[in-house]
Amino acid sequence: MSLVNFTTREITCKIVYYGPGRSGKTTNLQYIYDQVPPERRGRMVSLATQTDRTLFFDFLPLDLGTISGFTTKFQLYTVPGQVYYNATRKLVLHGADGVVFVADSQIRQLDENLESLQNLQVNLLEQRIDVRTLPLVFQYNKQGLPRELVLPVEELDDAMNFRGVPSFGADALTGNGVFETLRSVSELVLRKLSEEPSA
Amino acid sequence: MTAELNPRFTFDTCVVGPSNRLAVTACRTVSEHPGTAYNPLFIYSQTGLGKTHLLMAVGQMVRELSPTATVEYLTLDEFVEAYHTAVSAGTPGNFRDRFSHADVVLLDDVQFLSHSKEMQTELIRLASEFQDAERQLVLTSDRPPADIENLDDRLLEQLDGGLIVDIGIPEYEMRLAILQRRAEESEVEFSPEVLAVIAEFDVQHVRALLGAFNRLQAFQSVNEQPLTLHQARALMLGETPVAEPEAAASERGEAAGEFDRFLSDLKVTVTQQVEGWKTEIQDAITEWSGRGYDTKSLEVLLGQDVPGATDAAVGVFEEKIERLRRLEAEIAEFDPEAARHPIFKSPDRIAGAEQLVREAREKFIPPPGPSDAFSLESFAVGEPTRMALEAGRSVIAQPGTLYNPLLLVGPAGVGKTHLLHAIGRALDAEAGGAVACLAAGTFVEDLVKAIEQDRLSAWRAKYRHASAFLLDDVHEIGARLQTQEELFNLFNLFIGAGRQMVFTAKVLPQEMEGLDDRLKSRLVQGLVAMITPPDVELRRTIVRSHLEARVGSAEADVVDYLAERATESVRSLLNVVQRVVTGAEAMGRKLDVESARQLLEQAHKPEPRASSPGRASGGMAAPPGALRSQEKIVWDWPNMAERVIEELS
Repeated sequence: MSLVNFTTREITCKIVYYGPGRSGKTTNLQYIYDQVPPERRGRMVSLATQTDRTLFFDFLPLDLGTISGFTTKFQLYTVPGQVYYNATRKLVLHGADGVVFVADSQIRQLDENLESLQNLQVNLLEQRIDVRTLPLVFQYNKQGLPRELVLPVEELDDAMNFRGVPSFGADALTGNGVFETLRSVSELVLRKLSEEPSA
Repeated sequence: MTAELNPRFTFDTCVVGPSNRLAVTACRTVSEHPGTAYNPLFIYSQTGLGKTHLLMAVGQMVRELSPTATVEYLTLDEFVEAYHTAVSAGTPGNFRDRFSHADVVLLDDVQFLSHSKEMQTELIRLASEFQDAERQLVLTSDRPPADIENLDDRLLEQLDGGLIVDIGIPEYEMRLAILQRRAEESEVEFSPEVLAVIAEFDVQHVRALLGAFNRLQAFQSVNEQPLTLHQARALMLGETPVAEPEAAASERGEAAGEFDRFLSDLKVTVTQQVEGWKTEIQDAITEWSGRGYDTKSLEVLLGQDVPGATDAAVGVFEEKIERLRRLEAEIAEFDPEAARHPIFKSPDRIAGAEQLVREAREKFIPPPGPSDAFSLESFAVGEPTRMALEAGRSVIAQPGTLYNPLLLVGPAGVGKTHLLHAIGRALDAEAGGAVACLAAGTFVEDLVKAIEQDRLSAWRAKYRHASAFLLDDVHEIGARLQTQEELFNLFNLFIGAGRQMVFTAKVLPQEMEGLDDRLKSRLVQGLVAMITPPDVELRRTIVRSHLEARVGSAEADVVDYLAERATESVRSLLNVVQRVVTGAEAMGRKLDVESARQLLEQAHKPEPRASSPGRASGGMAAPPGALRSQEKIVWDWPNMAERVIEELS
């Protein structure tokens, strides 16, 4: 996918929110959607089941206007977290410029987080994407829950963040940490763009 | 060449406050009445407080009021360079003419006069001439005249006779006024509070203030929205204002949400990351074009829409610059004029620059070095030579620092040349070569030849390139003015650069006929070491050593007999020893007192020698035939009948 087009002066970034089911990926996008002025956002497409579980994927297009002469557009996607939607995850992951791995901070969800992370790595490998160079940040969601139910950020980092990429504690329901995460992954994506420009 | 006056630096664009009011008033006065009010006018202040601005404002106003007036503005470096260029061209008069014909001379940064007596002399002459002719001289410095080291008292008096004013650090109100003026000039809108924030910072000079202004202007331009107080403070503290706090947002009366802040940060990131390559190239162009280099190849990159491999391109460009600088430095050692060729500022013409250097290197002929025939070990030690020898050893141990120059004085044949070359050899070994060691006669001949062949600059480069300069028989330069001028320039270069100079002379400098006083004074500014004719003890040492070297042993009575004969020089003593040894061998007799006496005191018809030990003054054990000095002629035989002239090849 072309990210920076110097000829047409356009920047387009595809960022995928990845993670286990019910970790809060859609909540992240909903919070962002709520904060964006109406003229800046497109229609958020969300295909969900009757129990509000993402069936296919969420898609939030953001038109960020002209930045330094570039028409800048961000496309935010989530993947369905459930194990049996792997084909959809692969499809959404295709062409991603950056990934936010949204982990559930609850102690009892640690195995699911690890399983999903492993699944992310497998899917990236299948698409011949070098996991070491793909812009990636971790968001440890639900940090707002009682302390006895969640793991602290440091422990979650120890368990999952082997590469030492940026990580954020978050509470997507209240918006805490949501934009910090988005800002961080955006910076990584844009930095990579400047290193490997594509016309 | 006079530097151009910056049209922005006028009195109209100068913000006046208590800290600079006196200086501005004085400058206005001399602009309106050049040469009659305060002459010379001397302005001093810390760097960046507007001295150059005022100096140029004087020049602009003089030209405005009197369009035919000749105004010369230049920095001290340019002043010195103009002087050196004129001297190098052998036309110092042109330098004086140039400034004598100016109506106003504006000289910047004169604090660097400290170590240049010649330039101080020129300035004294200029100031005096200007005062007489009612033409204006204005000087600036970063310190008051009394604090400039080694400033000539006469120059101090002249400056005291004019007006000396200083410029202080601008206070808050003046800083604010300067910022408001700059905002108007730049057509940039800042809120008054933001300008006040900048002015509150206690900067030490105006340049820092304007630098801070530019930083804030750039930040505001990138963000495409007015700078807030919070952001201004953060920038002044050297921080990156990545996010604007709620308090700051409320200052603007805007409820900037998280999305706005995200957008703002994203803009910075895009500018830095996506378009950063342009900034990088632009920075490189600004830097290198400012240093006079041709930056066309970078400008081509900037013209494209799509970034290339920016780092690599700038890296390659800078590698070429580095290569050019090395080539420029290399050719300057051989031919300083060639180093000014524009090709050394053009990274696209590296091959041509390399070719020029190759050619210069091939043409370069190193200066004559010290002779291998002389060594410190073979130099005779005795009371007459002790001081000179110790001085020589000190010079070898600390070249250029302890005794510079070292002048060895003594009559002919006492070992000056031996010691000079021995010092030269030791310095040469230490420096890895490039020691110039030659006789004054050779120096003069070489110069004359260079002038004839119109390659004076190459000749100069040859000697300037040397790590040390040793000249035998300096008194022989006599009244040759061009040689004296060149030697004077070499003096300044070598002493200034801490490179060793050693001279020999038959007489003390004050007794040297035709030699300019400035050279005489320089010859004695290091150490003058005398070598006197050998006393009996030294003669005994020399005779013993020489006999041992020639015949393997030295009878004490023979040594005494030969040593007690009166001789004025080591050279003549060695000739005597040589005669008796050769004579005894010819007669097939053992060398004893009787045979020696017979050879020296009885009638003896001398025969011209086919070979001679050559000049070995001061030598103890120089083996026959070891001497390879090309410039020495043996003159000191006991009488004319025995005189042998030998020129060794």
